[in-house]
Amino acid sequence: MSKKILEIRELKREFIMGSETVRALKGISFEVQTGEFVTIMGSSGSGKTTLLNILGCLDKPSIGDYLLDGVDVKKLGRDELAALRNHKIGFVFQAYNLLPRTSALENVELPLLYNKGINAAERRERAIHALEAVKLADRSDHTPSQLSGGQQQRVAIARALVNEPVMILADEATGNLDSRTSYEIMALMQDLNVKQGKTIVFVTHEPDIAAFSSRTILLRDGMIQKDTPNANIKSAKETLAALPVSDDYLAHE
Amino acid sequence: MNIYNLLVIAVRALQRNKLRAFLTMLGIIMGVASVIAMVAIGQGSKQSIQASLSNMGSNMITVSPSSNLNGGVRIAGSSFQTLTSKDIVALKAQAEYITGVSPAVTARGQAIYGAQNWPTSMSGVAPEYLDIRKLTLKDGIPFSDEEVQTSAKVCLIGQTVIDNLFPNENPIGKVIRFGNIPFQIIGILNPKGQNAFGQDQDDILIAPYTTVQKRILASIYYSNIYASAANETVTDAATKEITQILRDSHRLRSDEDNDFQVRTQAELISTLSSTSGLLTVLLTVIAGISLVIGGIGIMNIMYVSVTERTREIGLRMAIGARGKDILLQFLMEAVLISITGGVIGVLLGIVSCRLVTLILSWPTIISQGSVLLSFVVCALTGIFFGYYPAQKASRLDPIEALRYE
Repeated sequence: MSKKILEIRELKREFIMGSETVRALKGISFEVQTGEFVTIMGSSGSGKTTLLNILGCLDKPSIGDYLLDGVDVKKLGRDELAALRNHKIGFVFQAYNLLPRTSALENVELPLLYNKGINAAERRERAIHALEAVKLADRSDHTPSQLSGGQQQRVAIARALVNEPVMILADEATGNLDSRTSYEIMALMQDLNVKQGKTIVFVTHEPDIAAFSSRTILLRDGMIQKDTPNANIKSAKETLAALPVSDDYLAHE
Repeated sequence: MNIYNLLVIAVRALQRNKLRAFLTMLGIIMGVASVIAMVAIGQGSKQSIQASLSNMGSNMITVSPSSNLNGGVRIAGSSFQTLTSKDIVALKAQAEYITGVSPAVTARGQAIYGAQNWPTSMSGVAPEYLDIRKLTLKDGIPFSDEEVQTSAKVCLIGQTVIDNLFPNENPIGKVIRFGNIPFQIIGILNPKGQNAFGQDQDDILIAPYTTVQKRILASIYYSNIYASAANETVTDAATKEITQILRDSHRLRSDEDNDFQVRTQAELISTLSSTSGLLTVLLTVIAGISLVIGGIGIMNIMYVSVTERTREIGLRMAIGARGKDILLQFLMEAVLISITGGVIGVLLGIVSCRLVTLILSWPTIISQGSVLLSFVVCALTGIFFGYYPAQKASRLDPIEALRYE
């Protein structure tokens, strides 16, 4: 079971802005094993976003190594990075980034269109399956404007799942949602993590969100300030149940 | 990425923005439609101008007796009597470039009806003369070959003569006297107005040439022979042919001068060709401007579209689209828009031509060449102008594109 998904060694990232060099990451190292649910926290300016871009293979480190599922990202070109993002990473964004005026099903199918090996029938089947996993199969023909924020984020999670990535990378995925809906999303994330064994890296600045994960990495000024396993994982479902009104996601259970 | 996926991606992207796709298409549609309509209207006008110039008799060829030396004195051609029925027979039998031939004789005299009289001239001709001179009848019927053979005393009457002899009457069926011979009027000529030299072309009576020759002039010679070339372009060849046939018919030796002259409507023909040349240039310029405007429209909207869809491009890149995939997607969208717009434009162009013909009764000619050319050029313009924005999109940095507001 325990296998290294992520391995980061002495990672540094510097940006040159005019005559100044901004050192966003000043040498950080950590590993993530299969099945972990890691939250990366930090205040703004801590290097969170830069680290996320590197973890998402959108950016490359200036110095240091990044191995994703055993692949050394540093050696890859632009197109190979794109393929890696397609096959190994499922992105979930703060602003959902669903295509407007496009049905949930077609939105979920999108990553598969960039995957050569999948034909139309299989694409559809997998998209429906992914929508079932987020309990939105009955909304597959709805466009984003016909869905609530939480439902849109669940479509985005289905889109992240559809290519069966080794890691789900969420960027402030609950940032646009109220706390009830946030807990719903976290409950879904915990389900995916526990029941399906998905590895999740969740970037956030909300401490109560971090309480649902199995491990928290705290960044500060481009360095790791704390890297602590969470011994007492809070259950999002229980938190939800404690809230007064019953909810959309659990209503299907 | 395979072509099928590319097609799915492009079609879905276009479906999502139907209005924008349509607006982009509008450039192409209008470009193609306006080129087709302009060229069709232009070609129609060109042909109708040519037809009206032809109606003036631009393909008419006139043969007249020529001046000749008679004991050292040049004598006016018209006094000569060289053109006979033998020439007509020879021309009808041998000439290939001419479609009609008619002899002509002219008699001047006083036309009398009741208390009215009017000095006019009577042309004695064959029935083909009406075609050659593009004369048409307003009323009545033309005379027949049979009436020519029997030297029938019938005539067609011009408007000026009617105005003077029949101020308040319908002249059809009435009998007038000309040179003491009674002629029954069987047809009325449509007015032609003055010719280029100010002569009134409606001050005329037209009768069978046999009647005029036998009953008025008592002559076997013709004053002219009129012929029409098959069309304007073979006029020169027809002239040469007529000259040769008449030389043979007149048994002229090779060292002898022609005893006749063959003339064409050279001035009309040159007007005709310069007019059509001018129209062709005009059409080309209009078509060119339409296409350029269409192309610029496409580039504008494609370029704006890339900026507007920056986040979408960022997302596609984040989930695994390569730069090449984005480039191909935008190119494919441009191709689909161009081809669809081209097809709609062709249909719209054809429909608008039909409408112009139907409503304004303006002649239009839709040439396959112009349809094909405008379609191909517009499609290529769309792709060409679509390439730059597509390339811009493919080079976006996914990180910046995702954060673009």
